[in-house]
Amino acid sequence: MSGERKVRLLVGKVGLDGHDRGAKIIARALRDAGFEVIYTGLHQTPEMVVATALQEDVDGIGLSLLSGAHNTIFPKILRLLAEKTDPDIVVFGGGIIPDEDIPALKRAGVRQIFTPGASTQDVVEWVKTNVPPRRR
Amino acid sequence: MKPKNGGRTSTVTTRTRRDWEENTLGHALGKKPERKKEFTTVSNLPIERLYAVEDLKGWDPAGKLGFPGEPPFTRGVHPTMYRGRLWTMRQFAGFGTAEDTNKRFHYLLEHGQTGLSVAFDLPTLMGRDSDDPLAEGEVGREGVAIDTLADMEVLFKGIPLDKVSTSMTINAPAAVVLAMYLAVAEKQGVPLEKLEGTVQNDILKEYIAQKEWIYPPVPSLRIITDMVAFCAERVPKWNTISISGYHIREAGSTAAQELAFTLADGIGYVQSCVDAGLDVDVFAPRFSFFFNSHNDFFEEVAKLRAARRVWCALMRDRFHAKSPRSWMLRTHVQTAGCSLTAQQPINNVVRVTLQALAAVLGGTQSLHTNALDETLALPTENSARIALRTQQIIAEESGVVNTVDPLAGSYFVEALTDRLELMAWDYIHRIDQMGGIVPAIEQGFPQREIAEAAYLYQRQVDAGEKIVVGVNRYSEGDNMKAPTLKIGAEVEPGQVARLETVRQRREKDRHAKVLKRLEHTARTKENLMPAILDAVRAYASVGEICDTLKTVFGAYREGRVQL
Repeated sequence: MSGERKVRLLVGKVGLDGHDRGAKIIARALRDAGFEVIYTGLHQTPEMVVATALQEDVDGIGLSLLSGAHNTIFPKILRLLAEKTDPDIVVFGGGIIPDEDIPALKRAGVRQIFTPGASTQDVVEWVKTNVPPRRR
Repeated sequence: MKPKNGGRTSTVTTRTRRDWEENTLGHALGKKPERKKEFTTVSNLPIERLYAVEDLKGWDPAGKLGFPGEPPFTRGVHPTMYRGRLWTMRQFAGFGTAEDTNKRFHYLLEHGQTGLSVAFDLPTLMGRDSDDPLAEGEVGREGVAIDTLADMEVLFKGIPLDKVSTSMTINAPAAVVLAMYLAVAEKQGVPLEKLEGTVQNDILKEYIAQKEWIYPPVPSLRIITDMVAFCAERVPKWNTISISGYHIREAGSTAAQELAFTLADGIGYVQSCVDAGLDVDVFAPRFSFFFNSHNDFFEEVAKLRAARRVWCALMRDRFHAKSPRSWMLRTHVQTAGCSLTAQQPINNVVRVTLQALAAVLGGTQSLHTNALDETLALPTENSARIALRTQQIIAEESGVVNTVDPLAGSYFVEALTDRLELMAWDYIHRIDQMGGIVPAIEQGFPQREIAEAAYLYQRQVDAGEKIVVGVNRYSEGDNMKAPTLKIGAEVEPGQVARLETVRQRREKDRHAKVLKRLEHTARTKENLMPAILDAVRAYASVGEICDTLKTVFGAYREGRVQL
């Protein structure tokens, strides 16, 4: 649709985990695919990520987690989003996340989890289909 | 062996490379082209069809190779290599609470292991206490949680520190954790000069790759230099820095970048200690290295051989070290975690075997082999055992240990070793021109080079130009559902409660006094180690000590990351 604005995405690293190889690759691949991408940099708190997401008026938040803290951090971000805004910002993520943890994360509201071996195209295609520009 | 044809030259030997190319090869290519236009290593280094005597034109074996145990150490740092002694099989372990890990240590020691290797959790690695807001969800998850000396006492309970060697993988707060180890030794009545072990203590690669930093580079180097000076005097058998390329490679660098940036970090440490007035031949023999072993077999062998040659030249010619022990690059190697796949995880055993074999043929002094399930979680006991058995099979069954540096003289391996050496020097000279590794890091140079290489590699994998078996090729079927190790949710509140108890019970006046003294020392040029030791003895926590130093040194912030 002409005039429809570009989808804006926040790619984030939360907590003390410094493994940013994947986050940077995904951020760059999404940008190269035509999205507007903001990368938070390292060592963010859930509060910082949600504040940036609201300030930047993003449509989706992608979090990369390789520290094992996913069961703590995803629910906290979703809770903060629910408190502060319409919960229509799409939250997705990836990293070292065991299969058996995924159903509970999805029930909590994480829309998609990409695990090791997922290609950048997989992520780009999924975002194209599942992260629409929000109505303003 | 002499030919038995009476010395007549056969027609085969008089044929030149050109003859072969024009006739035999031309004919073959005319019938069937090669599978690809260009063949490259995993790091995108182009590889020729054939390496022959012309590729080593002007190559001087005496200068390039020498003999094992002699400069330039291309063939290894020991004259007999694995005929004399096998490499150390050192597997990294740590999880949950100090008590959990202490139990694992006792188990390992009872089963004949003499070296311990401690993995710390992320909050400890970042110099933060278990009750820090940023630590939430990460306490005890990827390693053991250590807040105060009380935890360290539990970690080494019943383990006489003069009977083991302990490797501690810790960087930004390394001085604090080493001080805790020394304090435990004091309580056990073990003299410090008897202690053996290693701290990783390599902060430069944190800014470049692993990103577990606290202070900016300059004060970080001061802490490291103070520790090196303190150990040279008081803990002479302690290995003070393990200069690490492992994490640089895991962050997505090429083999040549891993080699070059690691050596450049090494130059940074040596220079910083020399500038502080230390004698290079006193501290340099206590520096060791830690490299990755990735998938591309010959590239990895060549990388380790080139590393020894370049370091020898640097130490002898640039830093004028007199002792051959200062010229030797001793290294630990770990197989490449980033090469493992979550798909068809049993295939990882094969990857690890090839990577471990490359490390051995490259002449490593010690080796960690990854467990097949490490891309999913911390290893289970069974997968950790298979990883160790892999090393034992290479050592005891394969026969590769029977002679020193068996690949020497291969046209290909020598040409590749020279090539990697040249690429390393090229990067080192570029970094010299930037004013050394610290300005290079501040300009984001190594970080950008690595991010570029990582993105290129991912695009090649996504395009199917680089094959990952089980992921983008041969992906039918799965060969295992790996059972993964779970860390109980009770670890974090338990650890937070223990820290609170220590805070209640310690002498409050003494605690305040030692932290004040530490802050004062940080503002002077005095060696920091005695003040850190005092703070540790008074049960100040890792977070309190690091925060105190942060008030003087500031906190490091990464510059804006260019995508």
